[in-house]
Amino acid sequence: MSTTPPLPDGAPGEHVPPPAGTGTDAVTTTKEQPEPRSSSVLREILSSGWLVTVLAVVLALVLSGVLIAAADEEVQKAAGYFFSKPTDTLTAAWDAVSSAYVALFHGAVYDPSKDTFAASIKPLTETMTTSVPLILAGLGLGIGFRAGLFNIGAQGQIILGAVGAGWVAFHLDLPPVLHLLVAMLAAAVAGGLWAGIAGFLKARTGAHEVITTIMLNNIAVYLVAYLLTTSVLKNPGSTNPISPPVPESAQYPALLGGQFRLHWGFVVAVLAAVFVWWLMSRSTIGFKFRAVGSNLHAARTAGISVNASFVWVMVVAGALAGLGGSAQVLGTDKVLTADVAASFGFDAITVALLGRSKPLGTFFAGLLFGALRAGGFAMQARTGTPIDVVLVVQSLVVLFIAAPPLVRAVFHLPTPGTRRERAPRPTTKEVAA
Amino acid sequence: MSAPTTDRPTPAGAGPAQTKPLPPISYKAPIGYGVVGVLSLVLFGLLPEGGLESTFTVSTSKDFVTIDPVTVPSKLTAIVLSLVALALAAYSYRAASRRRKVGVWLPVLFGVAVILAFLTWADAGKASPMPLTGLLQGSLFLAIPLVFGALAGTLCERSGIVNVAIEGQLLAGAFLAAVVASITQSAYAGLVAAPIAGALVGALLVLFSIRYVVNQIIVGVVLNVLVVGVTSYLFSTVLKNDAATFNSPPKLQTIDIPLLSQIPVVGPVLFRQTALVYIMYVVVALLQIFLFRSRWGLRLRSVGEHPKAADTVGIKVNRTRMRATLLGGAVAGLGGAFFTVAAGLAFGKEMTGGKGFIALAAMILGRWNPVGALAAALLFGFSDNLQVVLGIIGTPIPSQIMLMTPYVVTIFAVAGLVGRVRPPAAEGIPYAK
Repeated sequence: MSTTPPLPDGAPGEHVPPPAGTGTDAVTTTKEQPEPRSSSVLREILSSGWLVTVLAVVLALVLSGVLIAAADEEVQKAAGYFFSKPTDTLTAAWDAVSSAYVALFHGAVYDPSKDTFAASIKPLTETMTTSVPLILAGLGLGIGFRAGLFNIGAQGQIILGAVGAGWVAFHLDLPPVLHLLVAMLAAAVAGGLWAGIAGFLKARTGAHEVITTIMLNNIAVYLVAYLLTTSVLKNPGSTNPISPPVPESAQYPALLGGQFRLHWGFVVAVLAAVFVWWLMSRSTIGFKFRAVGSNLHAARTAGISVNASFVWVMVVAGALAGLGGSAQVLGTDKVLTADVAASFGFDAITVALLGRSKPLGTFFAGLLFGALRAGGFAMQARTGTPIDVVLVVQSLVVLFIAAPPLVRAVFHLPTPGTRRERAPRPTTKEVAA
Repeated sequence: MSAPTTDRPTPAGAGPAQTKPLPPISYKAPIGYGVVGVLSLVLFGLLPEGGLESTFTVSTSKDFVTIDPVTVPSKLTAIVLSLVALALAAYSYRAASRRRKVGVWLPVLFGVAVILAFLTWADAGKASPMPLTGLLQGSLFLAIPLVFGALAGTLCERSGIVNVAIEGQLLAGAFLAAVVASITQSAYAGLVAAPIAGALVGALLVLFSIRYVVNQIIVGVVLNVLVVGVTSYLFSTVLKNDAATFNSPPKLQTIDIPLLSQIPVVGPVLFRQTALVYIMYVVVALLQIFLFRSRWGLRLRSVGEHPKAADTVGIKVNRTRMRATLLGGAVAGLGGAFFTVAAGLAFGKEMTGGKGFIALAAMILGRWNPVGALAAALLFGFSDNLQVVLGIIGTPIPSQIMLMTPYVVTIFAVAGLVGRVRPPAAEGIPYAK
C-alpha cells in the first residue's frame, strides 16, 4: 500500500460501483427493508476476478511481512544504523520474514526435515483436519450470504452441533456406524435449530440476524460451559469442566491410518460441498434462496415465501456448521471442552467471504485458512513469530478481496469495464514480478 | 402477536404512508411484563420457604449520614415487589388497549421492582448483606466501555454507517492507552491516546465502506479480526519483551467531587469515579443535545435517514458520514481506555472480550439514542456486576446462566418484546449519486 503512490489510474473513487448498481438500486428499494444492500455488495465480492484474489493474498502476506519484520529483534538492531548500512536492515528483514513464512509452509504442507515421507506429509494432513470445521461452517455461511442473510452465528452453531454430537456419543449406546450417524444427525439438528431461532425471529419480527446471531453465539458459549458442569456433558470422574472421551463407536474413523489425525470428517466436508453445489445451483430450493438474495421484493412478487426462505437458509447453514462441530468432537479432539469451537466460527466468516460463498471457493478457502492455522502453530514454535500474525493475514486477505479497486490501484491494474468477468490476461506477469 | 393479516411485507416502522388504518393494538409489551411479573412472583415470592431475612447495606463510610443496613423479611418483600411489577404490567395493558403510549418510567420502575425482588430472594438467609451501593458503583464502572461503545454506534448508525467494528475500536483504544500511558507514566496521556487509536480503526472503516463501497458489516467484522491480530501480535512481541516500558500503565485516580460525593447512595455511585466517567457524563449529554437540537445533528441524522434528500439540499453525504464515523471511532477508542488505564490493568490479548458486541446491543436497546444507550449499557453493566457480587455472596443460580441473561434479554428486545425498534432508514446503504 505504502509502496505505490495513491490514486493511480482512473481514481476509483465514488463511481467504482459494483456492477449491479449497488447504490442507487439499494437506495430506491430500502424504504421498507434493509436487506438488498448486503446481497448486492456481496455480489460484487462474488464476481471479482481470480487474479484479484491472488494479488490480495500476496498483498496481505507482504503487509504482514512488514509487521513480522518490524517486531524482529535483529531487524530492530540493524535499523539502529539504517542510514550507514541500509542493506543490513533489509537482509535482516528478509531473513525474519522468509524464515517465518518458510516455517509456516513447512508446518502447513510439507516438512522436508523429517526422515519418512509419512512424517513429512503429516503437516498437510493436519491442515486438512483443521480445515474440516472451517469448510463446513463456511459452506453454511456462504448459503446465507447468497440469500442475503448475514449469519455471524457459526460459532454458536458449531458449539451447539458439538453439544448435540457429544450428548449422543456419551449417552446413547449404539452399534459402531449407527452411533456415528446418529451423533452426526444430532449435531446437524442442534446446529440447525440454533440457527433457526435467528431465522425465525427475522421472519416473524424482523429482528436483524446480525444482532441475534451474535447474541446466540454468546449464549452458546455460556450454555456449553454450563452443560459441562452438569451431568449432561461432564465427565463424572473429573473435577474439570470436560466431557468423558468419545466412545470409539461414535468417532469418525481415521482416513489414512492411525498415525494421522485426519478423519472421515474431511470426506463429510467434501460431500457437503458437493451437496451445497447441488442445492444452490440445481435445486428449486436453492433457486429460491438465491432469488431472495438477489432481490427480495422480486422474489416475493414471484410468489416465493421470503420468510420461509429466511428460516430454511438459517437451518441449513446451522446444520452444516453443526456438522463442523461434530467433526471437532467426534474426529479431531475426541472429547468435548468449552473451547471446542476455538475461533472456527469467526474464521469461517472470512472463509466464506474469501470463497465468494461458492462451494468450490469455500472449500479451497477453508484449506488455505486451515493451512494458515496449522502452519501458524509450527511457525510460532520454530521462529517465535506469534501465531496472531495469521489473523492479520486472514483479515487483510478478506479486506483486499472485498475491495478490488484498492488491489487494482496498488498493482496498477487497469480498471475493467462496466462488467467484469475475468481479469485481463497480460497482467498476470505482475504476479511473478 | 401482531395479527398476521394479509400483507406482512412491511413489518418495519416505515409502513405505507397514506390512508393507513390504525394498526392492530400490540399487546406484546404488556404480555411480556405480565409473564416476567408472574415468574418473579412465583420464583422469588411464592416458591421459596418463608421466615428468612434479607439485608441490604446502603451507605458507605464517607457519607454525610450513615444509614443502617436495612433488614426485611425475604418472602413478604419479594411478594410485594412482584405485585408492584404486576400492577405496572396491568397499567401497561390498560394503556395499550387505549392506544396510549407509556413513558420510559414504566419499564424502569418495572425493572427496579423485579430486580429488587430478585436481590431479596438471592440474599435470603445469607449471612453477608447485599451491598446495594457497591453493586450500583460497580455496575456503573463496568458499564463504561459499553456506554462509550454504544454512543459510538449511535453516532455512526445515525449517519447511516453500520459500525460493527466497535469491538476493534475498544481494543485498539485499550492497547494504545496502555502503551502511551506506560511510556509517559501518565494515565491521562493514555486517555488522550485512546481516541486516536479508535479513530484510526474508524478511518479504515471509512476507507473501505465509503470509498470502496464494501459492505459495512463485512468491513466491521474483518476489522475486528485485524485489530485482534495486530494488537495480539504486538503484545506477544513488543509488549512482552519489555513490559516495564510498554505495558505497565498507571491507574487513573478516582476523583471525589466535593460535597456531591458525600450524598448517601447517589454520591459514591455517581461522583466518586475516575475522570473517564465524568467525561462519559459530558459526552452523553453533549451528544444527546447536539444530535437532536443542533444543525450538525439534524444534518447527520438526515444523511442516515434519507441521504438523497440530504444531498439535494446540499449536504455532503459521504463527508458527513466520514466525520461521524471518525468521531464515533474516537468515542469508542476512549471507551477502550477503560480496560487498561481506568481499570489499572496491563494490556492483555483480546481483553475486551466481546464488550463491543454488547455495546452494539445496548445501542439497539437504547433505540439509537444517547440517553437510551446509557440506560441500556447500565443495565448490562448491572447484570455483569450482579454476577460478580452474587458470586461473593453465593447464590443458587449458576454463574453461566447469569452471564447469559443480558444476551437473552437483548434477543427478546430486538425481537420486539420491549417495543418495535427502528434503525435509521438508510443504515448500511452506501451512497452514490
